[in-house]
Amino acid sequence: MTVSMTHTVGSDGAKNGSDVVLDVRNLKVYYATPTGNVRAVDDVSFQVYDSEIVGLVGESGCGKTTTAMAILRLVQPPGRITGGQILLDGIDLATIQGADLRDVRWNKMALIPQGAMNSLNPVMRIHKQIADAIQTHEGRKPAKELKERIINLLATVGLPSRVYSMYPHELSGGMKQRACIAMAIALHPAIVIADEPTSALDVVVQRVVGETLLDVKERLGVSMIVIGHDMGLMAQLVDRLAVMYAGRMVEISPVETVFDEPLHPYTQLLIESIPSIKERKPLKLTEGLTHDLRNPPPGCIFQLRCPHVTDICREVNPPMRELRTRHFVACHLYE
Amino acid sequence: MGGLTPKYVLRRLGMWILTIWLGATIIFIIPRLAPGDPVSSMVSRMLNQAGYVENAGQMIEAWRARFGLDGPWYTQYFNYLRSVLTFDLGFSLASFPSRVDDMVLQALPWTLGLLTISTLISFVMGNLIGALMAWRRTPGWARNLLPFSLTFTSIPFFMLGILLIYVFAFGLRWFPPSGAYNSTNTIGWNWPFIKDVIYFGTLPAFSIVVTSMGFWALGMRGMMITNDGEDYMILAEAKGLPPSRVFWSYGMRNSILPQITALALNLGAIAGGATLVEYIFAYPGMGYLLYLGIVTNDYTLIQGIVFLLIMGTATAVLILDLLYPLIDPRITYGKG
Repeated sequence: MTVSMTHTVGSDGAKNGSDVVLDVRNLKVYYATPTGNVRAVDDVSFQVYDSEIVGLVGESGCGKTTTAMAILRLVQPPGRITGGQILLDGIDLATIQGADLRDVRWNKMALIPQGAMNSLNPVMRIHKQIADAIQTHEGRKPAKELKERIINLLATVGLPSRVYSMYPHELSGGMKQRACIAMAIALHPAIVIADEPTSALDVVVQRVVGETLLDVKERLGVSMIVIGHDMGLMAQLVDRLAVMYAGRMVEISPVETVFDEPLHPYTQLLIESIPSIKERKPLKLTEGLTHDLRNPPPGCIFQLRCPHVTDICREVNPPMRELRTRHFVACHLYE
Repeated sequence: MGGLTPKYVLRRLGMWILTIWLGATIIFIIPRLAPGDPVSSMVSRMLNQAGYVENAGQMIEAWRARFGLDGPWYTQYFNYLRSVLTFDLGFSLASFPSRVDDMVLQALPWTLGLLTISTLISFVMGNLIGALMAWRRTPGWARNLLPFSLTFTSIPFFMLGILLIYVFAFGLRWFPPSGAYNSTNTIGWNWPFIKDVIYFGTLPAFSIVVTSMGFWALGMRGMMITNDGEDYMILAEAKGLPPSRVFWSYGMRNSILPQITALALNLGAIAGGATLVEYIFAYPGMGYLLYLGIVTNDYTLIQGIVFLLIMGTATAVLILDLLYPLIDPRITYGKG
């Protein structure tokens, strides 16, 4: 727990984009409704490199959680993956089924669920729930070895060993979330997806959980995708920030660049909307005006709310282009 | 937080005694609120029927002593409580000189056997059907077939009983239409008798199981569906656990909790018997006895059975209170 939250990005050589751990290509997740398909995730591509944290941000309903659930293959009907590839260690997660899928789960990709309230089985002790994951994938283990391993995992996330035999309701929200982190790293997965890991917690505990995530990343070198809309937390936690709007990716960039110089109009509005205690400013980003997700307009996805909209935005969908080093944006403004 | 403390057990026991005392008091008060004197009306009715009743004087004395109708209400009440405490349920009014205790003791094993077994079978089957109906991974054919097993729930069980007797007893002659055993067998733990009990008990048990299964199934289905949306179910799937493990340890294990409360109350009420089923199949259990008590105005018999019912329910709740923290760790012995 010694890692501070003022974590500098790019200082470490492994993040220069050499080793791609997760490669999402043209992912499409549609929800079937009686009046047409809702395009929750539409043609999204991005990579996650070795030992980096990618932040996935955007307003509610933009498809960030659906993207994460698609990677974990947890999209529930009527939603389904209708196109694209999700490559992890040479396996296309979008197409594998049954026992193959169960083998990959938790071994290669793990989930830190949203909030802490109901993520753990209320009638099972913590050690049993962690052991469940270990023994399903590695077979039965001697009791002593298993216990030692679980207590070590708990220690890694800063939990005392008495948590081992406790029930979820005996833990605080922050402790539950850290137990979930311990469970997520139990099998050393290649990628951990954290779905709004701090959203149900108070600010002090948010900081502790954030530090735990950073610490785990540093020690185990695991790659993470962190979903959230707390831009302040993102600024301190992630290496790169991916911004989604209405099911599409609009900007991906190293975190310091995007905060200094956001390129996409939506990202600009999003960053401007972070409240400041120094000045009182009007909220520029307004609700409403989003198009019907079943029937997106031709051209740019953000045209209805964009302050800089031009004719070409209404006709041609802008492709993702690398405008600065490792800074990608989908916008006609910079052509 | 923590284990079973003497304080908790004592408090629960106190509640148990209080419940039984309250129940016994209510049974004491209600007949006294009714107009008329049960003893004189009974004796005159018997005299009308038989013309002459042997030992009539002794009978009246026994009843007077039993009810203490000549004493003030508090003497009556304390005498009543004392006899209840010693399980002395008195003489039957309709079939004197039989004692209610003996009649109840004869009927109780039959009812307990029939109803405990059929309630447990119904509980297990109903919950399984309900859980599978709600489970996302249930194969399509089973999902379409399962609701049909609940069709019988909408048929009242006495109707189904009559239907079963008609088809399987009179039509196909597979099972006997009534009774609980063949009188040629000696009662006891011998194989022919046990075989007999199963043979005679099949139809009544079947009618109870089939018609009560739906109650469990619908409750379980609702619980499973609610449970399926919980985050820990998604996490269990994300962990890559085998579907059977997710179904039993994460789904069923959590959904069964409210069902167990209902089961305990159901088991507690078994002492009262299943009146209509036992009547239709002429099964010599508590329900049949209660029916006899009602049609013959046998107040002491009815009182005895109702008292047992109160005892049964109160005891079931006591046991549930003592066991529940073992089933659901969120409930501790500390509170309440």
